[in-house]
Amino acid sequence: MSELEELMKAFGEAGGDKGILANEEIAHLVASGHKILSARDIEGLEFDAKETLTGISAKVTVKEGIEIKNPVHLCFGILHKKGTQRIKMDVKLEKDASAHFIAHCIFPNAEKIRHVMDAVVEIGENAEMKYSETHYHGLYGGIEVVPKAVVKVRKNGKYSTDFNLTHGRVGKLEIDYSVEAGENAVTELIARVFGHANDNIKIKEEILLQGENARGLIKTRVALEDEATAEITGITEGNAPGARGHVDCMEIVKDKAIAQAIPIVKVTNSLAKVTHEAAIGSVDKKQLETLMAHGLSPEEAVDIIVKGLLR
Amino acid sequence: MSVLEIKNLAYVAGNKKILDDFSLTIEASEVHALLGTNGTGKSTLAYLIMGCEGYRLTSGKIVFDGKAINNLNIHERAQLGITMAWQEPVRFEGITVRNYLTFKNKEADPSFYLEMVGLHTELYLHRMVDKSLSGGERKRIELASILALNPRLAILDEPDSGIDMLSTQDIINVINVFKKNGSSVLLITHREEIALIADNASQMCWGKIVCSGNPERVAEYYKSRKCLICDGEVCVYV
Repeated sequence: MSELEELMKAFGEAGGDKGILANEEIAHLVASGHKILSARDIEGLEFDAKETLTGISAKVTVKEGIEIKNPVHLCFGILHKKGTQRIKMDVKLEKDASAHFIAHCIFPNAEKIRHVMDAVVEIGENAEMKYSETHYHGLYGGIEVVPKAVVKVRKNGKYSTDFNLTHGRVGKLEIDYSVEAGENAVTELIARVFGHANDNIKIKEEILLQGENARGLIKTRVALEDEATAEITGITEGNAPGARGHVDCMEIVKDKAIAQAIPIVKVTNSLAKVTHEAAIGSVDKKQLETLMAHGLSPEEAVDIIVKGLLR
Repeated sequence: MSVLEIKNLAYVAGNKKILDDFSLTIEASEVHALLGTNGTGKSTLAYLIMGCEGYRLTSGKIVFDGKAINNLNIHERAQLGITMAWQEPVRFEGITVRNYLTFKNKEADPSFYLEMVGLHTELYLHRMVDKSLSGGERKRIELASILALNPRLAILDEPDSGIDMLSTQDIINVINVFKKNGSSVLLITHREEIALIADNASQMCWGKIVCSGNPERVAEYYKSRKCLICDGEVCVYV
């Protein structure tokens, strides 16, 4: 079986649709370790991907006024037990462009793996980018994942991310995203992570509302069990008139797990407003009792509540 | 045959006696209204029957279908056929109305039960049971979920309360479905017009039943009360 077939098999087992590679209307980039296994660009979207000594460097451009109808699939992974993969991404959506990127990060056999992502993203005027990222790290927990992104959203632009790591082990995760939102720009950063055993989760997300009437939401949902730990930092600054931001963090903790939420809100313009809410604790008693009154066992009820939170 | 028998129940929280020598019997397929002002112990009684955490009888007995259930947990009671709609139903993230209505009864047709509580399927089936719902919508969905369980005994804790309350007709419609399915209902309310739809009624005051029987008679009795809030001290009946 070729490396591409093996990676796509793991991709399929993690719930992905293997048919995307064959579809000529869908742009994709598939990389295993330091190798690019498959890439396709489509009209209006250019991939300039190169192999580097430690991973992949890719420049993605969506041309002015182009709306990419089908989601663009990015599939990164390492099939071996050990290794390093450093992905450097430079993404640009030109004025009035729009695209939805779906990233699949697959490390099914990770015992000692380090995956680093450094992304620079620029969303042009009136452009819109949606970025969904789903990880599968296998069952050993021997992985360190360090995604970092610096994003600029220009006037009337929209940028939303949805990071999911809810199946299998997490290992060590250290997210660091920073977004600067211009006039009337809208940013939404959502992360959902389920930590087990001794998984260690650190998420730092920052939205700087620099432009007039810019909007920002940081929403984090984390469930922890066993001896997993999490430190969630959500930073929002309102630095322009009419800017509105909100930080919303909810963490459910079981067993000996430890959770920490650090919402940082700062306003430097009297016409801006930033709010936050954070809730950490065991499963809500009233939710639990309501489901148990429907005949579910305590274990079934907790499972449903946690899955709902991470949905 | 009795579905529920509560015998000489007492419940003390701290130094306060909330329920005292309380007895009540509900027959199969009976709708029993429990009237009382705020603070009389109606919701506490509901929690004790359901077996909620922190609510255990100080003395007395609760018998369901001939079996003492004092020591059973909430889900064990639910599995026997008891369920409850809370006065202020809790919200859930990431759970759709469709899932919520079919967690336990996979065969239930969620659309049917939504229509029974006056909600249009196409507007609600895929919505989340979260804070995007109004208080009234959430209450209706809770009632639909209780109907879908087809319980032996449904405890409805003030389905008529709240800002966005259900109308009397809404509640009559729901009660009629329970009746048709052969479920018994303990209908907790402080509105006498709601009690009139029951087969029998009782009025609670200071943790005791002070009047029981025909709903019209109990409602008249309740209307003539002097107290609006039960403070456990000043009351025309005790």
